[in-house]
Amino acid sequence: MSRIWRATVFVTGAAGIAVLFGLVCGTLPGPLAVRNRYAEAINSRVYAQRNVTDAVSAVNFDYRGFDTVGEEFILFVSVLGSISLLRMTSEKTDGLLRDAAEPSRDVPASDAIRLWILIMIAPKVLFGIYIVTHGQLTPGGGFQGGVILATAALMLYLGESFAVFRKVVSRPAVEIAEAVGAGGFLLLGMIAWFWGKPFLTNVLPLGKTHELTSGGTMPLISLATGLEVTAGFVLLLFAFLEETLTVRGEE
Amino acid sequence: MAPLPVVIPLIVAAVLAGVGSHLPRRVLDLTALITSAGVVAISVLLANASVHHVIVYWFGNWQPTAHSHFPIGICFMIDPIGAGLAAFTSVLVFAAFTFSWSYFESAKALYHILMLVFLAAMCGLCLSGDLFNMFVWFELMTAAGVALCGYKSEEGHSMQGALNFAVLNTVGAFLSLSGVALVYAFTGSLNLVEVGVTLAQHRLSSEFLCVAFLFILSGFLVKAAVFPFHFWLADAHAVAPTPVCVIFSGVMVELGVYAAARIYWVVFSQASAPSAAAVRTLFLIVGSCTAVLGALFCFGQRHFKRLLAFSTISHVGVMTLGFAVLDPAGLAGTTLYLIGHGLVKAALFIGAGIVLHRCGSVDEFDLRGRCRALAPIGAMVVLGAIGLAGLPPFATSFGEKTIEMAAHHAHQGWIAAVLIIAEIFTGAAVLRFAARVFVGWGKGRELPLHGAPHIHTDRETTGQHSRVPVFMWVPMLALLGGACVISIPSTVRSGIGRQLQRFETPAIYQDSVLLARSTEPQYPEPETAPLDFGLENAGVLVGMILLAGLALAAGSDEFRAEDPAARTWLGIQTIFRRLQSGRVGDYVAWFTIGIAVYGAILVLLR
Amino acid sequence: MQGQIIFYAGFAVAVWLFLIGLYGIVSSRHLVHLCLSLTVVQASTYVLLAVVGYRPGLPAPIFVTMPATSSAVDPVIQALMLTDVVVEATVIALLLSITVRVHRRTASADPNEVDLMRG
Repeated sequence: MSRIWRATVFVTGAAGIAVLFGLVCGTLPGPLAVRNRYAEAINSRVYAQRNVTDAVSAVNFDYRGFDTVGEEFILFVSVLGSISLLRMTSEKTDGLLRDAAEPSRDVPASDAIRLWILIMIAPKVLFGIYIVTHGQLTPGGGFQGGVILATAALMLYLGESFAVFRKVVSRPAVEIAEAVGAGGFLLLGMIAWFWGKPFLTNVLPLGKTHELTSGGTMPLISLATGLEVTAGFVLLLFAFLEETLTVRGEE
Repeated sequence: MAPLPVVIPLIVAAVLAGVGSHLPRRVLDLTALITSAGVVAISVLLANASVHHVIVYWFGNWQPTAHSHFPIGICFMIDPIGAGLAAFTSVLVFAAFTFSWSYFESAKALYHILMLVFLAAMCGLCLSGDLFNMFVWFELMTAAGVALCGYKSEEGHSMQGALNFAVLNTVGAFLSLSGVALVYAFTGSLNLVEVGVTLAQHRLSSEFLCVAFLFILSGFLVKAAVFPFHFWLADAHAVAPTPVCVIFSGVMVELGVYAAARIYWVVFSQASAPSAAAVRTLFLIVGSCTAVLGALFCFGQRHFKRLLAFSTISHVGVMTLGFAVLDPAGLAGTTLYLIGHGLVKAALFIGAGIVLHRCGSVDEFDLRGRCRALAPIGAMVVLGAIGLAGLPPFATSFGEKTIEMAAHHAHQGWIAAVLIIAEIFTGAAVLRFAARVFVGWGKGRELPLHGAPHIHTDRETTGQHSRVPVFMWVPMLALLGGACVISIPSTVRSGIGRQLQRFETPAIYQDSVLLARSTEPQYPEPETAPLDFGLENAGVLVGMILLAGLALAAGSDEFRAEDPAARTWLGIQTIFRRLQSGRVGDYVAWFTIGIAVYGAILVLLR
Repeated sequence: MQGQIIFYAGFAVAVWLFLIGLYGIVSSRHLVHLCLSLTVVQASTYVLLAVVGYRPGLPAPIFVTMPATSSAVDPVIQALMLTDVVVEATVIALLLSITVRVHRRTASADPNEVDLMRG
């Protein structure tokens, strides 16, 4: 289609979709007593029933934990999918183009930047671990903390170089960590199954509210997720950086 | 046992991600085969256990309490249709793994891992009883599907196919998610049954129901590749590795129709009962357009995988028509057709893979007469053409006839004509390919295929190309055999009919999910073919052979571009080829207008 | 009343983001721009979910300092949004990988020039 045709088709369609959205306004929002049922059910029971204070994490890792299984595997499969899309066999790199616009790493970062970044790494790791482990108490959890932890690895590349990144972060270890994180979640769910309870039932002692160990399986699932998210994002860094460097012939 | 069809492949995938790169290829293959076989067994057991009552499995043990009945957890809602589809999915995955035994390299077990996660996602979608959970499995299918589609990442156009796949499906998924949010904003629930009950209780405005219904379905309609959301499918199939095509065409696309039917019947059928006529009209239009256009375009292809992809689009249209009748018999026909088509199409894709393995191409003209040595494979491809044409003894035949009868009872007898067009054109396209490639009939360049794209496809196999490995032709034969025998016992057909009566009775799911009570009303025995279809079958067979022959002969002097019929044909094909531009921007524009038009149909006819 | 205003305002923003994001995809001349347009479409689902879960005047569902039985905004919606965020991040990762490969192969990142498969 020419640009004009495409734009005409799109604008007509978009106007139609806008009208469709407009049509539901009359009905929404529904009566509070109806649409608040799920929220009320969770908010009113989470403290007493699960000894945790963060209702969102309780939904993620307990009440609707099975969604999180799927979610974690979306991440898992996308990381492996990106590795698969970016992988290349050495004999096939010849026909590929080298990109002149690629950021050059020939000029080393200034000492001030390097020092500051190195100083930042330790607090970042600590903060990430804090967020992962406090998911059931305060906002946070494995997903959020995992991303923070992965940025600590990214700092290594920014402050130093990919060579240093690769020296410090062992790729096989990260791959195994990803597998352990993904599989660990499922195994935690299967504990209950072996016990004769449904998958993902929270069978561990619920601990004392406001403590790190509260919530039964929740903190463990959060840890597994944190491991998987950290490892997943570090693997993504590996895949993208390695692709760039292979094509530039710096292997 | 209920979570195992999802959990087992995921655990195996995680283990392979950890240790797979140290394992020899054969161990990976065996692990994948055993896993998928295990999922087949578990799903069959689940289907069998749920014949008399719906199995409801509450994850995390969060079944509704006796006094509030409000579901706060996620449940699997297992009936023989869903579990049977999960079993069918894993059968095809098993066949795909068998085929890839002697197939391309698997870098770090990535291929096996992605396929297993893909399997788990499809099983999850089949069994799930929760709107958002369905969305999650849908997204997991998309992510795994995109990665598998672009698996041959060295080829430039494989990236284009993967890109179109990813963008279209993601956009559709976001509109679905918006629909889920709209429904949640009223009902405060995500459980299919609870949402359905709440919508029915509050006598909502029909505009709201129409819009929410269409939005929630949009993602699944994109996945089902109905017109005009079908463009990505042909691009994705042309580039995906053969075993992945087996899954894409055999079952992934069809799951879109399944999800649409499930959501309509459990969530919306009671609330929107007054506008059932609008829903029927909408899906009759969608199904007819998809079936006819897919078939016409299928016939204009020279790349065999792409040809099969368009045939899939056409047959999805047929399945949509079965659903559109909004009657258990129609959906029973769709189910039979889905199984028969999936098996036949999987076999044909494996045939394409064998041809690619032996001759290094799947292009009809490049291959002319070059596959004479592959006569047995050619014979199987011809059988596949007969299966696609819905002729006995294939299950597609029973399915198609059941749809026709249901349409007849619903006073929509014209559907039969659409089905016959779809069958003749798709069957003839495959027949033409077989005659040219395996026998050498026809000229090198021909009018009906004028302007068809020539897409280069690299060999996917390494090693010996001089013979057909046993792991390739045996699954092809087995799939074709399965498509023949599966529907012959009349107990299978009547069983499916009875199960579909339950599928379309929301009250049964409400009792099972919310009240943990199994009620099983007595159904009337479903009708079995009283009409005689001998004449129709003969007509389709003759039409298919004539059409294929005409196409093969069209290169000779009797047929010229001045011929009015030929000019019309070329005109139609030119329009189609312009639309199938391969550009993701165009496809998204079609998506918007498609949603708008379908929304207008629903809202105006409600 | 205030809740209604916020709901409809948020709703309008969501619809706008959805459509303008789609426009970005349709008119895109660069694959990275296309990926970002897709995130705009996704942002519309965040906004929509956020207004659906919002309860006027109520705090976040974190019961550290407030009584265990008090009302709060919808925690389920927030969990759904978290899933949505993860979905976005991963889909974008896949699309960017595709972009990198397309660019390597064709020296172009214009989706309108990547048409090896017309017809």
